[in-house]
Amino acid sequence: MNDSPLPFFASGSDPGASFHDLLRRVAPEAAPNTGDMSSAMPEILHGTTVVAIRFAGGVVMAGDRRATAGMAIASRRIEKVFPADDFSGIAIAGAAGPAVEMVRLFQTQLEHYEKIEGEQLTLEGKANQLALLVRTNLPAAMQGFVVVPLFAGFDHRRDRGRVFSFDVTGGKYEETDFQTNGSGGVHARNWIKAQWSEDLTRDGGVDLALRALFAAADEDAATGGPDLVRRIFPTVAVIDGAGYTPVPDDEIATRAESALGGREEGAGL
Amino acid sequence: MTMPFYVSPEQVMKDRADYARKGIARGKSLVAISAADGVVIVAENPSRTLYKVSEIYDRIAFAGVGKYNEFEMLRIAGVRQADLKGYAFSREDVNARALANAYAQTLGQVFTHEMKPYEVEILVAQAGASPADDELFHILYDGTVMDEEGATVLGGQADAIAEALHAQYRADINRDDAIRLGAAVLAGAEGVPLTAAQLEVAFLDRAKERRSFGRVRGADLETILGASPS
Repeated sequence: MNDSPLPFFASGSDPGASFHDLLRRVAPEAAPNTGDMSSAMPEILHGTTVVAIRFAGGVVMAGDRRATAGMAIASRRIEKVFPADDFSGIAIAGAAGPAVEMVRLFQTQLEHYEKIEGEQLTLEGKANQLALLVRTNLPAAMQGFVVVPLFAGFDHRRDRGRVFSFDVTGGKYEETDFQTNGSGGVHARNWIKAQWSEDLTRDGGVDLALRALFAAADEDAATGGPDLVRRIFPTVAVIDGAGYTPVPDDEIATRAESALGGREEGAGL
Repeated sequence: MTMPFYVSPEQVMKDRADYARKGIARGKSLVAISAADGVVIVAENPSRTLYKVSEIYDRIAFAGVGKYNEFEMLRIAGVRQADLKGYAFSREDVNARALANAYAQTLGQVFTHEMKPYEVEILVAQAGASPADDELFHILYDGTVMDEEGATVLGGQADAIAEALHAQYRADINRDDAIRLGAAVLAGAEGVPLTAAQLEVAFLDRAKERRSFGRVRGADLETILGASPS
C-alpha cells in the first residue's frame, strides 16, 4: 500500500477523523506554522472588535470591518465573522494572517470529521476542537501573533444558542449570554451588558450587536464604525435552529441608520 | 527441498479475478443515474448505519459494493485526499477524475502485489452543471476504470440489471423517477420493487453551490417510492 497515491496509514499512526493530524502527517509544510518566528517583527495586520450575543432563539455574531497595521488602517473591508459549519460560526480578533488560516483549518476539520464519521460533532466537541487549534498557535502567540476567536452556535440537544470564548493557551470558557473580543471589545461588552435581557429577540440581538460595535468604534481607534459614505457595514450573522444565516447588507444598512438614529442620537452615544 | 509448482501468470491473474468476482457477487448491487436535477445513487442495503454511498466532497460522491471494510477504507482515503487537496489549493480544484485515477492505481497495485485482491467495485460520481457534464467513474477490483455515460450498475448481477436500466433510462429523467427506476431495476426482472427499508438512496443536487450530497430516506423516500411516475 506504500506505493498508493492515496493517504493510507498503519493502524498505530492513523490520524482518525482529525484533519489537523492528517495535515501534519502528510503535508507538514501546509499546517499552521508553530515554529520560531523572528523577534524582529514586521507590522502585521490586526483584526479588531467582534461580538457574540445569545438571544431567545439562537445567537448573533458580528464584527467590524477594520484591520490595522500599527497606526495605519490596513483594510476597511476585512471579514471577521465566518460560518464554521451549518450551525456554528467563528469570529476572529488578533493577527489576521494566522486567524484566517485558523478559520480555514477549523472549517475543514469540522467537515472532515462529519464525512469520516458520518455525523456532526456536538457543539461542545466543535468548541474543544477549536481550543486545540488555539493552543497549537501558542508559540506564535508568544511572539505577538495572538489569535483569540469567539465561537458560537446553535445546540440542538439543548435547543438554545451557546457562546464560547478562548484564551491564548487554548483555555475554553463557555459564556452564559454574550462575549466580545478584540481591542474595542471592552467598550462593546459594557454596552451589551447594560442592554441585554433574557427575552431578547433576533432583531433585538442584531440591533444590540450593531450598537455595541458602534460604541466600540466610538472609543477605540482600531475599530471601524458603519461607513455610510462607502456603504461598508459590519458583518452580522444569525445562527438559530434553521442554521447559519448572514444578515444581508441592506438590512444591516437600514438597522445601522435607524439604530444610530441620525446625528443627534448618535452623538449621544 | 520441495520445489514450488510452476503456475503461469495468466492462471494467477485469472484465479485472483475469479476470487474477487465471487466476493463481489455475494453482495448486493447498486445503480447510479445521471438525472436532470442531479446524480441519483440507489443501493440495495438493509442497514441504516453501514453506508455504501457517501459524500467525498462538494460535488463528488463515493459508492462501493463488495466487502464493506475494504471499500470503507478506500472511502476514507478518498475523503482525506479530497480534503487535503481542497485545503492546499481551492475547493474548485478537487475533481472526480484525479480521485478515480488514484483509486484505480491503488486497486491495481493491490490486485497484482498483495496476497489477495480487494473484493470491491467502486463508483466515483461527480455532478456537473448539466447531465452531460456529469462524470461516473466505475472502477473494478483490478483497477480497470470505466467512464460511464448516463447510468451504471455496480455489483454481482450487473449485466441483467444494466440491461433493464439502460432500456428505461432517459437523459431528462427527474430525481424521483430515477429513484423509482433504481428501486425497480435492482429488484430484478420479475421481482417486486424494493421498499424504503431495503434501500439506501443518495443524491448530488446540481442546484446546491457547495456541499451537494444529501440522503433521501425515511418518510421522504417512502413518499417518492409510493408515488406514480410523473
